[in-house]
Amino acid sequence: MSLLQKELSDVVMTPSGLRSKRLPVAVNLVIAVAAIVVAAALVLGLSIGGWPLVAVVAGILYLVGLFVAATRVEGRRSARNKIMQALIYAACILAVLPLASVVWTLISKGAGRLDGNFFGSSMNNIGARDPLGGAYHAIIGTLEQVGLATLMAVPLGVLGAIYLVEYGRGRFALTVRFFVDVMTGIPSIVAGLFILAFWVLIVSPWFNNGTPRFSGFAASLALTVLMLPTIVRSTEEMLRLVPGPLREGAYALGVPQWKTILKIVLPTALPGIVTGVMLAVARAAGETAPVLLVAGGAAAINFDPFAGNQSSLALFVYQQAGDASRYAPDRAWTAALTLVALVLILTIAAKLLARRNRLS
Amino acid sequence: MGDIPSRSATTPAGEPGVTGRHARPAGTGVSPNAPAGPSLGGGGALPTKKRFGMEAGFRGLSTAAGAMVLVIIVAIGFFLVSKAVPALQANTENFLTYKAWFPNDAEPNFGIAALAFGTVLSSVIALIVAVPIALGIALFLSHYAPKRLATPLGFVIDLLAAVPSVVFGLWGRDVFLNPVRDLSLWLNEYFSWIPIFGGDGPFGRSILLGSLVLSIMVLPIVTSLSREVFMQTPGMNEEAALALGATKWEMIRTAVVPYGKPGIIAAIMLGLGRALGETIALALTLGIVFNISFNLIENGGNSIAANIANTFGEANATGRGALIASGLVLFAITLVVNMAARAIIYRRREFRDSAA
Repeated sequence: MSLLQKELSDVVMTPSGLRSKRLPVAVNLVIAVAAIVVAAALVLGLSIGGWPLVAVVAGILYLVGLFVAATRVEGRRSARNKIMQALIYAACILAVLPLASVVWTLISKGAGRLDGNFFGSSMNNIGARDPLGGAYHAIIGTLEQVGLATLMAVPLGVLGAIYLVEYGRGRFALTVRFFVDVMTGIPSIVAGLFILAFWVLIVSPWFNNGTPRFSGFAASLALTVLMLPTIVRSTEEMLRLVPGPLREGAYALGVPQWKTILKIVLPTALPGIVTGVMLAVARAAGETAPVLLVAGGAAAINFDPFAGNQSSLALFVYQQAGDASRYAPDRAWTAALTLVALVLILTIAAKLLARRNRLS
Repeated sequence: MGDIPSRSATTPAGEPGVTGRHARPAGTGVSPNAPAGPSLGGGGALPTKKRFGMEAGFRGLSTAAGAMVLVIIVAIGFFLVSKAVPALQANTENFLTYKAWFPNDAEPNFGIAALAFGTVLSSVIALIVAVPIALGIALFLSHYAPKRLATPLGFVIDLLAAVPSVVFGLWGRDVFLNPVRDLSLWLNEYFSWIPIFGGDGPFGRSILLGSLVLSIMVLPIVTSLSREVFMQTPGMNEEAALALGATKWEMIRTAVVPYGKPGIIAAIMLGLGRALGETIALALTLGIVFNISFNLIENGGNSIAANIANTFGEANATGRGALIASGLVLFAITLVVNMAARAIIYRRREFRDSAA
């Protein structure tokens, strides 16, 4: 007993003795305040910049000070840990800043023309000095083009996914799968050029007495090319989540495979598929470049997607941004706000739907 | 329901991938003495082999839909080449090394040297800015943030990916231009001895502005892919590192990052693919000058995609062919980058089903 006590006499077995030393929060705060003061004195004293530079210099000084202090108290490894954590938090703040700026600008500038006239009139006969004019024609164009593209891309994409999950085996299926993934990375402008070369310049003259014709339908073809891989991928993921026993039960009852897929597998995966489709639609609605190349853009209302130039919301934003009229920026920002609202509503609805999905 | 016995009889039993096709041949299990006449649809009927039944039709239809993807990719290459060749033949300069772009002249002369340079330069700078921040956010979401914060923040990052590029372009031109111009002036005042920050102005609509806007746009894709990869690190590896006394950062450096390395590389390359093909944001923010210069802050810069959007309006037949030729180059570059990225992802089968 005495031996034990003697041995332990110089080791204090209390919780504070076991824990390694920690840098107190107060020291942390002191370093931060000191960094800001020193940075302000340095930058403003030498007059080499404004407040943004103060923030940057203060941030660097804070990191250096923290590293030195933490190395003293906690050791080098722990200090490095602290610095990396601070950098990772800083990355988050840095990324949120532009997003906040975009949202703020959209709302503050976009509210300027948020009136009935904007949604009820087109740009037909709107001169440079005319403060009115709206995006009605562009909204019509967006809805028609995206609607047609969805009608084409959804059956094709869902069938393609069914092939990959239910039928595809071997090298060919792997190749298809690989190129679906590669196709998601095709730039939208290339899809636009493809439809320009294929549909507008080669196929459309057959229907139009030999002259090429821009049309909303051409734009929806380009959007189809862009939506297809997204839909195939998301549908494929959902179909793979359908439990095997469901299929086996159907087969055991003698249901043929095609009917099992249509009546059992697809309905089970439906909410997930709809989510994927909505995300693809949201992405397609924001595409500018393909519409610019193959639909041409128009100032007047054109309900017919198969004949004549059409505009779209995204293209409207781009064209108003390039317009010299002093009323154009207001129209551009309001159209941008409308577009973002449309896209975000679709995206958020899709995500909420995905949350209710029983499969994932 | 008369078509219940179907082509499933042709499927051999016991094939790999059982979940896909469970329709076994009924031959051995069912009575061989079934009536030989027309099938009554009952349980005793032997499956009859139909050549053009619904099963074969549906199978063919879905196979065709799958093959459609390959057809489209081949068709893109084919039609772009077919329209580009006449313009390239009319070109009086070397397409790959010439810097100016006058395809609508009587003697068309155009080349993509300056455009390709601008495309690569702006994309690379965008990635240099975006990748560290994106990896930081991904680590924050996967390892630092409490779950209550990580879920909504991840949601916001996904929303950021959905914002159309034209909106970022407009924001870059109307709002972001001013701080970037101030930054450019400051850099020029104190660091003009570094060539990339030299020049006499005007500043603002520069490669720097385009690249920064681009970096905000590729941030979400790199973040969400690498977060996906970081979250897949086996918990055992992390706990082993922590049990050996590693700090959190040492755990990330020794367990999380090496495990996710192929995924990170693939995410960066997919971000590169996105940046290379970005059109409208660059068309609105770059200064549109046809030259090759490493100066980042002077008005200037151009890219293949932005040039297509900017000059398409006044292009004649040769001009369109020339733009299509430049689009073909862009298609080839992005195809190579994307295929390389996907090949990396595919080598690690774990990521195949999650990395979208």
